[in-house]
Amino acid sequence: MNWLLVVAGAMAGAPLRYLTDRAVQSRHDSVFPWGTFAVNVAGCLILGLLTGALPDDRVRLLLGTGFCGALTTYSTFSYETLRLAQGGARGYALANAAASVVCGLGAASAGVALGRWL
Amino acid sequence: MTQPGPATTAAVPPPPARRRPDFGQGAVVCAVSLGGAVGAAARYGAGLLWPTAGGAFPWTTLTVNVLGCALIGVLLVTVTELASPHRLLRPFLGTGVLGGFTTFSTYAVDAVRLAEDGHAATALAYLAATLAAAMAAVWLTAALTRRLIAGRRRARTR
Repeated sequence: MNWLLVVAGAMAGAPLRYLTDRAVQSRHDSVFPWGTFAVNVAGCLILGLLTGALPDDRVRLLLGTGFCGALTTYSTFSYETLRLAQGGARGYALANAAASVVCGLGAASAGVALGRWL
Repeated sequence: MTQPGPATTAAVPPPPARRRPDFGQGAVVCAVSLGGAVGAAARYGAGLLWPTAGGAFPWTTLTVNVLGCALIGVLLVTVTELASPHRLLRPFLGTGVLGGFTTFSTYAVDAVRLAEDGHAATALAYLAATLAAAMAAVWLTAALTRRLIAGRRRARTR
């Protein structure tokens, strides 16, 4: 049952990341990977909310481990950062790494605080 | 009785060019979804095998993320530099499996929880170590894969 919850959440989270990335990337022509940045920060906020509101609940397997885990990605983030660095956009690479970590942390802690308050 | 007139097909305007239904996009979304399920299940399994106690350094998530970054370096260099791979290979393995396997949300939320529980040094070490190891892993595997492919190409043309 627990496995099914994780799988069901991921089956929604991964395509949502793909579609959001495509939608965001088609709306700007900067080299900055705004699509991955957006899903990662949004996923941190949602997982923070869940962690604050439902510390120990099976809903967390569906929405946390499954959905948020698959919605966010470290592999694409690292590859896009590498591509920026090797494509002559070192400033963007550094900005992407720093902004993703800082904004992800900010979203996660805001989510936890908001989740506890709810 | 009227005679059937001459064939009038020439006067019938050609049917408007119909847009082909976009099955392609649906297949890609399905591949990403299935791949994401496989990746997330593997990450969940790793968490069950090597659980992280509260307040401890999250080694399992770090290992999962760094391994996923190492694998995406191999995969994306291979599909970009090698001749025509199947069009669903990259969405399934890259966006799906490896995207679902690695996680940014657990990384950030675990760091926040560690800091809140009074383990700020562990949180900072975790944040920095994951980022450094992930970038080193993807850089190393991408470079090695590129070199391997170039070497094989040279050997073939010789």
